[in-house]
This record gives sequence, structure tokens and C-alpha cells, in this order.
Amino acid sequence: MSEINYKPTSAFGKWFDERLPLLTLFNGHLMQYPTPKNLNYWWTFGGILTFCLVTQIITGIVLAMHYTAHADLAFSSVEHIMRDVNYGWLIRYIHANGASMFFLAVYIHIFRALFYGSYKSPREVIWILGIIIYILMMAAAFMGYVLPWGQMSFWGATVITNLFSAIPLIGDSVTQWLWGGYSVDNPTLTRFFSLHYLIPFLILGIVILHIWALHIPGNNNPVGIDLKKDGTDTVPFHPYIVIKDLFALVIFMIVFAGFVFYAPNVLGHSDNYIQADPLVTPAHIVPEWYLLPFYAILRSVPDKLGGVVLMFGAIFILLALPWLDTSKVRSAVFRPIYKQFFWLLVLDVLVLGYMGAMPAEGIYLLISRVATIYYFVHFLIVMPLLGYLEKTNPVPLSIADPIISAGSGNFAAAKKDKSIN
Amino acid sequence: MRKSILITFLVVLFGTKLFAAGEAAKPLQVDWTFNGFFGKFDRSQLQRGYQVYKEVCASCHSMKYLSYRNLGEKGGPEFSEDEVKAIAASYQIKDGPNEQGEMFERAGLPKDKFKNPYPNKKAARAANGGAYPPDMSVLVKARSGGSDYIYSILMGYDENPPPELKIEDGVYYNKYMAGNKIRMSQPLYDGSVEYSDGTKATVSQMSKDVTAFLTWSAEPHLEKRKRIGFKTIIYLLIFSVLVFLSMKKIWSRVETKM
Repeated sequence: MSEINYKPTSAFGKWFDERLPLLTLFNGHLMQYPTPKNLNYWWTFGGILTFCLVTQIITGIVLAMHYTAHADLAFSSVEHIMRDVNYGWLIRYIHANGASMFFLAVYIHIFRALFYGSYKSPREVIWILGIIIYILMMAAAFMGYVLPWGQMSFWGATVITNLFSAIPLIGDSVTQWLWGGYSVDNPTLTRFFSLHYLIPFLILGIVILHIWALHIPGNNNPVGIDLKKDGTDTVPFHPYIVIKDLFALVIFMIVFAGFVFYAPNVLGHSDNYIQADPLVTPAHIVPEWYLLPFYAILRSVPDKLGGVVLMFGAIFILLALPWLDTSKVRSAVFRPIYKQFFWLLVLDVLVLGYMGAMPAEGIYLLISRVATIYYFVHFLIVMPLLGYLEKTNPVPLSIADPIISAGSGNFAAAKKDKSIN
Repeated sequence: MRKSILITFLVVLFGTKLFAAGEAAKPLQVDWTFNGFFGKFDRSQLQRGYQVYKEVCASCHSMKYLSYRNLGEKGGPEFSEDEVKAIAASYQIKDGPNEQGEMFERAGLPKDKFKNPYPNKKAARAANGGAYPPDMSVLVKARSGGSDYIYSILMGYDENPPPELKIEDGVYYNKYMAGNKIRMSQPLYDGSVEYSDGTKATVSQMSKDVTAFLTWSAEPHLEKRKRIGFKTIIYLLIFSVLVFLSMKKIWSRVETKM
């Protein structure tokens, strides 16, 4: 962000901005902010995710007005929302499907970062904040799924909270502390409700940091190179990026509306319309689709503690990604080998997701294990080694004139050429 | 590369399906009036379905999230106000305590919830040989396969089970049930109810009618949802075209500069 010359036009605006420069802040970050002009539609998911968060918070606040967090009343209060609250069915379906849409968007956002190397220097902190948001999202979604107190709510909560009992020595005490008793029961439900209400606001705070950190180096872009200082590579955020994000958002909303109005329950599990019964265990306990890859990793290990360690490892390994990737070139566009491995990882995660929904036995278990091993191999072996072994393609010098630097195509050379210009 | 990824995923998806052959038959497919983008309930079907519920199912199955008033609401069976009052009044509802501190019985009112056939879950179990007849309010959403599955279960009874299957006492053969065994005896036979609109009460007809009724009870705002959904999507489509054209116009300034 270079110097911003902004003066509010109205007298009140001037008066207010001298005392609290909110207008200058908005003008700088939401209007003048220089954005690479070659961003493709994979970059529109940041805006879409902001929309998702705001939608979840607004619908969630309304739902909380009608919901009763009590083991005996939660299920019927949800039915009350569905039947008797004005447009309660609409608000609840938006909230329930909104969670799925939120994850759909966040997965695209994360894989976009993986493809274009958006986590690499100087954007490590943006990436780490993003992973923290993702972890908080999973916690919020898991606890939200418990609130209707259906069979999958109850048994999902039982399975997940039981994971903590695998911790050596203190495991059982920790689990009982989480439950607020000796099993998942009313105290568990009320604390989950409290935390479910809290976490979205934590996410909102970190989103602000995420955007702040983004606005220091500026956006990465499909070519993955640093932008020219003279500004020919960028356009102001408003109106160029705003209108493009809006277009993508409207398309996204059509998909969202398709689920809400025509298939509101396909992403959920039918067992969750049966009130929780601690005496009846469902045939297959499965989490929501967006947690399935991690569930598959958990179950692929025969040892409980090992499974838990691997599952959390699969998430936390992402935090180290900026240092595991040794390549000098950011964008996979110029990394022919990494590009292949990237798509292999996409396939791997899809397969893990599918296996997470299947019973952990026979061929499914075997495939889960192979896929789990590849997941870790990808991050721990492939990414560090590729940086040294891969011969990357020539990288252009700037977005505005995509001249390929002569000779070796590595990023350092491109940078050197640029400084000669 | 992307294509090969997709193909591999599909191979894994359908390849492994072969190993997971279940024993329950695939549910029958019914062309319900409430399917599709413009799906609507058939009022007379819902009214017939309520009759089947009331005369057959209600002796064991509760519907505790429904009130009698719901039967007259828009998008449902739409009984007239007087009919709803008459239906409600045909039940004796426990109310109270009164000024003397005593519970009393009174005729039902539209605001009352559907009367439960049993005072509690244990009584329901005791009366049904240990099996609990599930509450039917959201049953269609609580079973994977939904309306088709419920209809299939009602149609899936056969007095001559395959000889290799051992059917114990108190259990009945049903080819659509997981494990092919169900604790509920066949509930519907030709002529179980007598329809006042002259419709012939075959097992298939009654099964369809009561399934439609249960679909409405699980999703009472289905018609409104589909109606609003259609308008919303049309609105968003038109809006997307406008935004797209604005975007092209705005970005043309950048492209000409290049």
C-alpha cells in the first residue's frame, strides 16, 4: 500500500475522518488497494468466504433466538423452528447448508493457494492465519452439528470427544472435563452451544488480521511473480475486483440457493432427524462431508492414539507448509512436475473423503491407508524435494508485458533481470 | 491431467461400490406430485393420507410435532376450519391443573398437539413386544431414501419369505428393510380404510396416500420452499447477467489500456 491521497468530500466526512480515520481506512483497503489485474476466478473465493461468514453469523443469531440448548428440548426446538417460526425453515436451511457452502469455498480457496504458491514468502503469516481460521471453522461446524441433538449429533460428539481419551495419562480426565460429566449429555450440549456462538466472532477477528496481512505484500497472482512498482500490473480494488467478486458471488449464490430450496437435506445425514438416544448406536457414525478426509485418516491407523496424532498432524502440517516447500517459483503454472503432484493431492483428498464415508474394513481400509500415506508423503517428502529436483519453466518478468526471461527459468533469474530493467 | 484425476476418482467411487452390496432391495421409485422444481402436494391425497394415518398408523405411531391446526394450514391437507375443529374435538385431551389443582379431560382444540397413543415410551414398547414404534412427524426425513423408502416398506411385505431366511417370532419379512426383517406386522390390506371420495383403497393406493401425508408432515413448508426457490433463482440469474455486463463494461477500460 503506497501513499493514499484521500480527503472526504463532505464537511461531516472531513470532521469525522480527522478524529477517527475510518473513511481513509476504507478508502485505502476497500477502494484504492492495488490488486493484480490478472487474477482469475479462483481468487474470488475470499470475497465469497466473507459472505459465507456473515451469512452464518446473521442466520445463527436469529436461530439462537428460537433454539433451546437442553438435551430434552433441543430437538423439538429445532422442529419448532422448522414448523412454527416465520421462515424458520428458510433460516435453518440457509444456516445448515451455509456450513457446507462455507467449506466448499474454503477448500477451493486453500487449494488455490496450494496451486499458485500463495503461502510462500512473503505471505507465510497470511497462510498461517488462514489455517487457524480453517481449524476454528471445523470446531464451529462440529459443535453446530451437535446442537440439533439428533442421533448423528450425539454419536458424532461421542466419537470426537472420545478421541481426547487417547492422550496418555490425562486422557480420561480431559474427556470428562470436556463432557462436563461421565458421558455426552446436557452439560456437553450447553457448552457446545456457548462455544458455537463464540467461535464465529473469533473467526471474524482473525479474518480481519488475515486481510490486513494480505494487504501488506498484496495479492499473489496466477503468474506468481512480484508486481512492478509503477502500478501497470495492478488495478484499484474498486470497482474492478469488487464487480468481479460480485459476479462470482452471485453464481455461487445460485448453487447455494439450489441446495437450500431444492435439496436442503442431501448434505446432511437422515439419522439426524431422529432424536438423540444414548441407548441406540447408529449403524455407521459419519461426520459431515467436509470432515470426512480427516475421519478417514483417523480410522486408517489401527492404534487409537496413533490415529488421533495422525489426524491432527494432517491439519497442523499445513502450518509448516511455507517452509516445507523449497521451490523458488511460486505458481504451479511454471512447475510442470509439481502441477502433476498437486492434482494427485486433490485426488488423494477426494479419495480420503469418500473412504471416510465408508465402513472402515476390507478394501476401504486398504485404500484409506494408501491415501493417508500419500497425504503425508506429499507434504513431507515431495514438496521439500521438488524444490531442488524440479526444472521449472521460464517465468515472465511482469504481468503487463509477459516477456519470458531468457535462459534459465528460475525465479531468482527473473528477479535479477527485472532489477536491470 | 485433470481428466485422468476425475476418471480415477469415478473408478474408485463405483469400483468400491461393488464390494458393498447390501441385502435390502432398492426402494421402488414413485413419481410423486411433490417431486421436482414445481412440486406440489395433491390436497385430496393428503386428506386420504391423514385418514390412513388416523385409522391405521395412529394406534401405535405418535406424531408429536404436529398440531390439529396444521391440518388446515396452507400447503397441507387444507381441511376447512370446521373440519379441523371437528377432528380436534374427536379427541379427549388431558389438561390442567384447574383451579382445584386437578387434571381434567376436555375435547381437543385446533391448537392441541396430535394425541399420543401411549402415555410414554416404555408403555409404547410394552404394548409392541419391546419394539418402539417411531414418532412419524419427521420420519420421511429420518430415513435415507425418504418418501420412496417409506412407500417401499409399506409395499415390501410378503407372506412367503425366501426359504433361506429364518424369520423369528414377532418379526416379519420385508424385502426393503435392512436385514429383510421388520418388527411391525403388515399394517395395510386392501380395504383397510374406506375413502369417502370413492378412491379404491388398495394397499398401493393407501401406501402412496399415507406416504404423501408423512412427507408433508416432515416438510410442511415444502410447497412454499419450492415456490420461493424458483423466484430466488430466477432473480439471481437475471442479476448475474446484469453484473456480468457491468463487469465487462468496467474491465473494458483496463483491457484497452493494455
